[in-house]
Amino acid sequence: MSAVQTPRRFRIPQFGAWLGVGPFFLFAVLFLIWPTISLLVGAFQDKDTGGFTFSNLLRLWQPSIQHSYMLSIEISAASALWGAIVGLILALAVLRGGLPDWLRPTLMTFSGVASNFAGVPLAFAFMATLGRLGFVTLLLRKVGIDIYGAGFNLFTFMGLTLTYLYFQIPLMVLVVTPAIDGLKREWNEAAEILGASQFQYWRLIAFPILWPSILGASLLLFANAFGAIATAYALTGSFLNIVPILLYAQIRGDVLHDPNLGYALALGMLLITGLSNLAYLYLRARADRWIK
Amino acid sequence: MNGTKIGAWIAATLGTLYFLAPLIATFEFSLRMRRGEYSFDAYREVFASGDFQASFLYSVVQAVATIVVTTLIVVPTAYFVQLRLPKLRGLVEFITLLPLVIPVIVLVFGYIKLYGSSSILPLTATETGSDALLMFGYVCLGLPYMYRSVETALRSIDVRTLTEAAESQGAGIVTILFRVILPNIRSGILSGAFLTFAIVIGEFTFASLLDRPAFGPYLQLIGASRAYEPSALAIMAFALTWACMGLIMLFGGRTPSAAGKR
Repeated sequence: MSAVQTPRRFRIPQFGAWLGVGPFFLFAVLFLIWPTISLLVGAFQDKDTGGFTFSNLLRLWQPSIQHSYMLSIEISAASALWGAIVGLILALAVLRGGLPDWLRPTLMTFSGVASNFAGVPLAFAFMATLGRLGFVTLLLRKVGIDIYGAGFNLFTFMGLTLTYLYFQIPLMVLVVTPAIDGLKREWNEAAEILGASQFQYWRLIAFPILWPSILGASLLLFANAFGAIATAYALTGSFLNIVPILLYAQIRGDVLHDPNLGYALALGMLLITGLSNLAYLYLRARADRWIK
Repeated sequence: MNGTKIGAWIAATLGTLYFLAPLIATFEFSLRMRRGEYSFDAYREVFASGDFQASFLYSVVQAVATIVVTTLIVVPTAYFVQLRLPKLRGLVEFITLLPLVIPVIVLVFGYIKLYGSSSILPLTATETGSDALLMFGYVCLGLPYMYRSVETALRSIDVRTLTEAAESQGAGIVTILFRVILPNIRSGILSGAFLTFAIVIGEFTFASLLDRPAFGPYLQLIGASRAYEPSALAIMAFALTWACMGLIMLFGGRTPSAAGKR
């Protein structure tokens, strides 16, 4: 560094720089790290003696909590899988499908908005669309399709997944676009010259290169859905007992009758979102080697 | 027209249908309040409601306070990390990514455990304390986006030369940060600020669990008790998100994404 060659270049001393970053670290410790660690510690504490124990974690395996985790994982996985597939197809269609150029900025802008349009208002929008008296429900009934008669209900697994897709698909589009842009035209041309069909190019070249990005993005979508609560709460109340809603009820009124079991529940959530985010970052780092 | 192109058109059309249908449906529903004809009655009801005005104002004030505090924390940090403490870059980046990894519901649980009424620092015991705690929570939510946009903006200017020039003119560190650096990275701060605003304005989990009279819990309450107003509010929320994104592109020229805000 040039600062080493000319030691007294800046008048602000080194401790001044440390003072400048001080508030950031103080904030991080007080409002990010300490609260989280405090929960993690609580998850390993006995509720009566405060001594170290694994019993809180082991008690997560009771049927009702296990059911919550399974439901959360299923909804997050379904919305991540469909979000990734549809988002990828949409991005490929607009970026590489030979469609008019103005579609690209339109899709990107809309994805920026829609991936941020979540929570309570999104639940309202889907009630007005696919609720019992929703616009699309009534429209379909007019043409003879009764979706509620056929067993559809917005306030179920399928309805919630369909609602989550409204922010999952746009997020996928935003995350996977750089990877698709990273596919160089020369690779396609080279494959063509060597006699490969378009199908072979996609199967043997493009898809293997995109694969880490697709997998990573899916994991990001999974974590994104797993931590979500506002949309589900506004849509289904506590009808679908996913982990965030169970945790919400626990914070509100200690429904588990055991604060430390609540901390263990939070630890489980953190573990799942943490691991999927880590895997996403690892896969993105791998994928970036191609995009450069 | 070849097969690829036809497929692409089908995908784009289906996508457009899926994304437009809820918007059209919600808008149509919000106009149905008066029997037999379309009207803006639902919007009028919402705007006239004292709870709407109070909760919206509360959330706007929270958002502005959040933006100011986030800027004050992030700008000096990103500046000193770039100029004097490059060794800290990895650690600082890791910390700014934490709010994307820790679910909001877990973080607020930690706050209530740590700052609840029976703890060492009982912030939730007073109104002001709770308001401050909510704001610090929102600073966490905005941190990843603010840090990234400020850092990108700092990279695009010559921080070293600007600092040396200002110092040779006798400027102190506060003057350098606020009168030299800050104006040069204004676009980065603004795009981070608008994204933070979009996240904070309708936030539900933090506000609800800290019992604050914010816009998010108000929305939820209306959803549970009214028929047409929720649709009007959803349209307004969507328009607000559009406005924020529009302003970001106006100032920053990039497509923002806020993964993990849910």
